[in-house]
Amino acid sequence: MAYSPHTPADRGRMLEALGIDSVEALFDDIPPAVRARGLDLPPPMAELELAQRLEGLAARNRVDLVSFLGAGAYRHHIPAAVDAVLSRGEFYTAYTPYQPEISQGTLQTIYEFQSLIAQLTGLDVVSASHYDGAAAMAEAALMTVRATRRSRVLVSRAVHRHFIDTAQTYFAGGDMTLEELPTAADGTTDLESLERELADEARPAAGVLIGQPNAFGLLEPMAEAAGLAHAAGALFAAVVEPVSLAVLAPPAEYGADIAVGEGQPLGIGLQYGGPYLGLLAARSDLVRQVPGRLVGRTSDVDGKRAYVMTLRAREQDIRRDKAASNICTNQALCALAATVYLASLGPHGLHDVAALGAARARELETALAGAGLARIHSAPYLNEFAVLVPDAEAVHARLLERDILAGLPLARWYPDDATLRDALLVCATEMTTAADIERLRGALGEVLA
Amino acid sequence: MTAVGPAAPVTSVPDEVQQRGADLGPRLAVGPNLQPTLDEISRPGRASPKVPHPPADALAGVPRQHLRREPLALPELSEPDVIRHFVNLSQLNYSVDGGFYPLGSCTMKFNPKINEWAARLPGFAALHPLAPDELAQGTLELLWDLERWLAEISGMAGASLQPAAGAHGELTGILMIRAYHHARGDTERREVIVPDSSHGTNPATASMAGFRTVTVRSAADGGVDLDALRAALGPQTAAVMLTNPSTLGLFETRIEALLEAVHAAGALAYMDGANMNAVLGRFRPGQAGFDVMHFNTHKTFSTPHGGGGPGAGPVAVNERLLPFLPGPRVAREEDGTFRLERPGERAQSIGRVRSYQGSVGVLVRAYAYLLAHGGSGLAEVSEDAVLAANYLRRRVGEAYELPYEQVCKHEFVASARSLKAQTGVRMLDVAKRLIDKGFHPPTIYFPLIVDEGMLVEPTETEALETLDAFADALLEIADEARRDPETVRSAPHTAPVRRLDEATAARQPDLRWRPMTGAQTPCPD
Repeated sequence: MAYSPHTPADRGRMLEALGIDSVEALFDDIPPAVRARGLDLPPPMAELELAQRLEGLAARNRVDLVSFLGAGAYRHHIPAAVDAVLSRGEFYTAYTPYQPEISQGTLQTIYEFQSLIAQLTGLDVVSASHYDGAAAMAEAALMTVRATRRSRVLVSRAVHRHFIDTAQTYFAGGDMTLEELPTAADGTTDLESLERELADEARPAAGVLIGQPNAFGLLEPMAEAAGLAHAAGALFAAVVEPVSLAVLAPPAEYGADIAVGEGQPLGIGLQYGGPYLGLLAARSDLVRQVPGRLVGRTSDVDGKRAYVMTLRAREQDIRRDKAASNICTNQALCALAATVYLASLGPHGLHDVAALGAARARELETALAGAGLARIHSAPYLNEFAVLVPDAEAVHARLLERDILAGLPLARWYPDDATLRDALLVCATEMTTAADIERLRGALGEVLA
Repeated sequence: MTAVGPAAPVTSVPDEVQQRGADLGPRLAVGPNLQPTLDEISRPGRASPKVPHPPADALAGVPRQHLRREPLALPELSEPDVIRHFVNLSQLNYSVDGGFYPLGSCTMKFNPKINEWAARLPGFAALHPLAPDELAQGTLELLWDLERWLAEISGMAGASLQPAAGAHGELTGILMIRAYHHARGDTERREVIVPDSSHGTNPATASMAGFRTVTVRSAADGGVDLDALRAALGPQTAAVMLTNPSTLGLFETRIEALLEAVHAAGALAYMDGANMNAVLGRFRPGQAGFDVMHFNTHKTFSTPHGGGGPGAGPVAVNERLLPFLPGPRVAREEDGTFRLERPGERAQSIGRVRSYQGSVGVLVRAYAYLLAHGGSGLAEVSEDAVLAANYLRRRVGEAYELPYEQVCKHEFVASARSLKAQTGVRMLDVAKRLIDKGFHPPTIYFPLIVDEGMLVEPTETEALETLDAFADALLEIADEARRDPETVRSAPHTAPVRRLDEATAARQPDLRWRPMTGAQTPCPD
């Protein structure tokens, strides 16, 4: 067997110590009627065969296209230091730090992660991580329900489609509703509708969730929305993209009580969707409603500084059915990646990543305008925006034939919205080159001709 | 709270402690160097540039009210600072790569290195989650195979690879059960039954999915009490969540009667698959009558725990629940190509439980593990895991009570109840003393139904010498508890820190370093 250290002699010694002839005796407790007789799976492979099989599969994916696809998962330069740290077995082969005396490495890195995300968001309490941005938003929505004892949550339809769908699945379990707020013509959340919904005193809202930037890449009037939510006694949660927080106002500044987001842009590879990193930060008075692990700084019996998992009475292994969430395994190694990423970039490096993406996006907008393609929405954007492309799916397909991944046709996420029928969502990051944009412009010239 | 000096790293273990370490154990469990924090080593202007500078007007299109007023505060470090910081921190961790980690219920087996290599192949690692199907054929085939193999291992009809962890799989499974009952117009089932030995995630999941939890006691033999279960079941029961083998490491010998009772009440049976490492190829839950189960790839299939995650918690279901699986799953076309299901393709699906397709990078590792073993190898995994656990149980039983007499599966419970009565030394103290002897302690005080309990899971990848050394250490500690209980009660002595003030940590939470007011140097451009 592939990784067993036992020789036949070792097995013989153990059997002898147990006074049995065969390992079969150890499985006699499985009733015959439910006993299985082996598995119909392929035969074992030696490491070389395994490597060849996996290389073959990986080679059948194509990752060499010029890409303008983002939509919640972004291609960034990952400093080599990130994988150098993540590859250390001391980090990746450790368990959850239940024994703090021999887990100070993991515990301190989680504390540092919490501190860094607190600096990005301006919010003091940061969960050690959630599964991904979608799960983090679902948890935040449930958090607003617990904190306000109200049962109705409002979410802008211009939040990532998968986030809303995930939260709807989570909400199926209780007497709670998640309702979508419409967007205005400029592509941002319609504040008049928000005001109207919040005025419904028979069905008071627990929370209001809005994206910054939103799912169309647009910048929302967050301070106004937060003010409306608070006036109605609801909590306000911002769904953020963490790299953008190097240049955009932090959620605490515009009055967010909670910030959640997808942490993948912070040094985590695209990996066809995961493992990613759910970010969740909150105001300090909400700490006991925060789901997931928290690490705190304390001291040992000698007064030496040390770190430990804390406020554990919120967690499933202590509180069982009264816990704030059922989460146990989280995304610790992905949080470590984000910690190393932020430490490597520093404040200026992260600013440059965000600003370069914005600069490239403006070049992209200019190039597309040159090809006759205009933006759909009038609200400002940072590094992602939607353009009107007649017959968007067909154009997308023809660009694909030319090895260009031209973003996301938004009709796939909003099939019932006529204004988005021919919308293509495109993004740029610091990875986007002038040559990429030129390739797209040239190809559009052929495809649209 | 005790005042902490500014950034004074402890660079060496005091001689006296080092001497004790030499006397008491084979080696220090982990390195001794505590580290200052990133913000303490930060110096204004220090950086190792990673990306080019943007043009000065990069943000000209963004209205001022959306921009930061204060520059972002983050530590400023050079790459050498960063690497040394994290390498030194890593050395404060105990890990499977470094030593024996017999953490019951967690299956801390060796994490094969080829799996890490495979997940980092650019074809897998750089693939965008919304890439068109034609660009993702390699990963789609992998996921297609994996779903089928998990169905074979579980004896189920199909699986969703989307859940990100075991507890996430539980939530997915219980929401599917809810949808199943509702689809039949059966909306009055508001309870989920769990045994008192269950993982905390089971009742927490039931609550999260909107159910009341009913707890049933275990019988004297450690299995679920059949009469208690029958008494708790009724038309209000939506599901029963069982762990088999149980959290005591025991196979539920009454499993046929338990499942019959569950189904007779119109409820469905959920299996927590945390302990599948014991029964691969010997017990297929779906074949035995369970309706749904989750796997923990980070337990059974060797994907690394990462200091707490990421894991993956695929959920397998029988025909009855197949329509309710989350989407998208991978479909195969007649021409042999693969594609993701389209939104709404299965009308009864409970929907998504996360963004995109799942923790694919973790699933690549699990796939590699399954390929390396094949069907025969997986059966051998369970044989060796169960043999090692029973051998270790026999040896540990020389000095600790074994509350359950029967053969165990992949893990076993021992108790320090008598030791505590005789010496005042608790299982917590024994666990901490193991650290001085170079071992990670087992899980303690779980399951909750065993007094002064310790749950030991050696896994199949530990050599006989390691098992013996661990048993010897436990025996020495029992002996030491009688001779010198104070040394055991005050352990660990050789770790970088001693026991922590957890009360202050909870009373005065310090969850982040001091606020910094902004980057202390202007942007270079």
